[in-house]
Amino acid sequence: MSLLQIIELLRNRLKTVVRVCLAALAFLVIADAMPGLVDKEHAHTRPEHWPGFWSAFGLLGCGMLVLFSKLLGRYVISRSEDYSDE
Amino acid sequence: MSNLWIHPSLILIAGAVLLPCVPRRFKKLFLMGVPMAVFGLVIRMAFEPGGGFGEIEFLDWTLVFGRVDALSLVFAHIMALMCCIGTLYGLHVEEDAQHIAAWAYVAGSLGAIFAEDLLTLFLFWEVMAFASVFLIWFRREPSSLAAGFRYLLVHIAGGISLLAGIVLHANATGGFAFNAFDVERMTTASYLILIGFILNAAVPPLHAWLPDAYPAGTFNGSVFLSAFTTKTAVYALARGFPGLDLLVVLGVIMSLYGVVYAIIENDARRLFAYHIISQVGYMVAGVGLGDPNTPVGQLALNGACAHAFAHILYKGQLFMGSGAVLHMTGETRMSHLGGLYPKMPWTFLFTLIGGLSISAFPLFSGFVSKSMIVQASFEGHVYWAGFLLNLAAVGTFYCNGLKIPYFIWFGKNNCQPPTWERAKEPPWNMMAAMGITAFLCVFIGCYTPYLYVQLPFQEAAHAYDPYTSYHISESLQILLFTAVGFFVLVKLRLIDPHEGTNLDLDWFYRKAGRAFLWLAQKPIQWADTLVGEMYRLAGLIPLMFSARATGNFDNGVIDGAVDGLAESVSPVGSRLRYVQRGQLQESLALAFIVVAGIALAVLYVF
Repeated sequence: MSLLQIIELLRNRLKTVVRVCLAALAFLVIADAMPGLVDKEHAHTRPEHWPGFWSAFGLLGCGMLVLFSKLLGRYVISRSEDYSDE
Repeated sequence: MSNLWIHPSLILIAGAVLLPCVPRRFKKLFLMGVPMAVFGLVIRMAFEPGGGFGEIEFLDWTLVFGRVDALSLVFAHIMALMCCIGTLYGLHVEEDAQHIAAWAYVAGSLGAIFAEDLLTLFLFWEVMAFASVFLIWFRREPSSLAAGFRYLLVHIAGGISLLAGIVLHANATGGFAFNAFDVERMTTASYLILIGFILNAAVPPLHAWLPDAYPAGTFNGSVFLSAFTTKTAVYALARGFPGLDLLVVLGVIMSLYGVVYAIIENDARRLFAYHIISQVGYMVAGVGLGDPNTPVGQLALNGACAHAFAHILYKGQLFMGSGAVLHMTGETRMSHLGGLYPKMPWTFLFTLIGGLSISAFPLFSGFVSKSMIVQASFEGHVYWAGFLLNLAAVGTFYCNGLKIPYFIWFGKNNCQPPTWERAKEPPWNMMAAMGITAFLCVFIGCYTPYLYVQLPFQEAAHAYDPYTSYHISESLQILLFTAVGFFVLVKLRLIDPHEGTNLDLDWFYRKAGRAFLWLAQKPIQWADTLVGEMYRLAGLIPLMFSARATGNFDNGVIDGAVDGLAESVSPVGSRLRYVQRGQLQESLALAFIVVAGIALAVLYVF
């Protein structure tokens, strides 16, 4: 099976792929809450001990970064493509 | 000191000189042979470390070209390896000058890394700047020419700062030895040297040259550019300023600055350029945390070196992937690409591996290197830095692991018909270079001893294990929930790529350049015209008048007098002509008589 066929296969079964990914995400958060699976001895701060802290960090961080960047782009730094000062 | 020590830069420079003379049928063999010889030489050096190789007496100074220790070797190893990969990637490029520029550039980097004194460092530092600019100019587009000049001017400014610092430092200490500066008592000299280093590391606000110049390079030149200048600067910082607190602040700012700009960037190569700034930010922060006298500092310095090593490969991979798209389609703007996976599936896979590596996904190279720096910031109780570096990791995965692969190879197909027609997998050598790099990105992530055994602090390297359950869980949560955020934003159509230019701090010197041009064209030109007019009025016109009057005087008076005299003499001459009868002896006798008469008269009188 060629690489292209593998990609096509995954695209054709997108719903299944999405379901597997969602299950993996749920497992990650659940595992984070189970000391037997994730040893939080290496955590350094109190929030890191909260179950799913890094999940929330990733999701909110993504939203905040994109929002901040888009606002900065729209109102401060973005110009049309033909903007040239050369 | 060994007489057998050969500087790797010497091989590259000799190779560059000989390249045009190599017959065409041996050219590819030679192109691969030279960098591989350099890589072999660097590997061999690991078995004979030491200092003081390649000493040369110059004027009153001793220049030392070869300091071979763990710190220089880990950087030299990856740079020599990247030289092999970069040359393979551009193997089909016919123009010798492009290979010559690339090799001279690598020679500059290796020379700076092995330099034991600041003068040698400066020499190779400048070789790097002057060689690398050709990798931009060889693209031969007006925008590349302008970007190259800006790049050169900025680096010359940085070089001047570095040289001024070196001179002041030598004046204060009496020598040029390049060792760690006293970061507790920074002097003017050390600050000037630091400015020279951080300019090459693209630390804001001295960073704008990088996203300006690197995307303007040739498809293979940018692969070299992405690897050498900034990482040589990281080496110089690690050698000169480990443990400087200021670098932690600057590094964290860099890591987020690059991410914010990359998020709104439409051009793939410009996006990757901003992520160089972001990733070098991790290394700069690692150097800032890297007090070599503490275990945490040693972990941080190991992290800076390991991350530079991993970064050269995965960033090279990303530039090779985007370079392949550029080379095959002529396009790198995401707003003009999309849906390319049926045409370039392997390029997609290799670029994705680069994206997963830079994002520090488990089993990929960034995971085993970046985490050292983040962990050092937590263990050193610099929590704000640890959290902000993890926030930068969110943006890194968003851009490199999700945005680029999705909007170039999937998403809406925005390709123009010619772009779509041209799109196909690149030549075998480009595929091979990407394949080797992809393998190395995974290999380093899975088999950590390959990298860790080369790190400068072996005790700290042995004590560090990146594959703890907590670290894997932390990384996967951050990255996969970032992916959730990304796909939600895609679904809401909030992040569709669109055309645009994003202003950066180069705006200031571009504007300053325009202001200078305006100054030259308007006020200075006006003043010049005014002075010229005044000169014409006050100087030239009277001068012309006096010249004309003098001419008239000459014609009327002088010439008249001379002509009149000549006319008056002419009849006398005509009469005297009869006295001259052609009798020479008679004439001589008459002349003597006249002279003798005059002489007797004079004697009689006096």
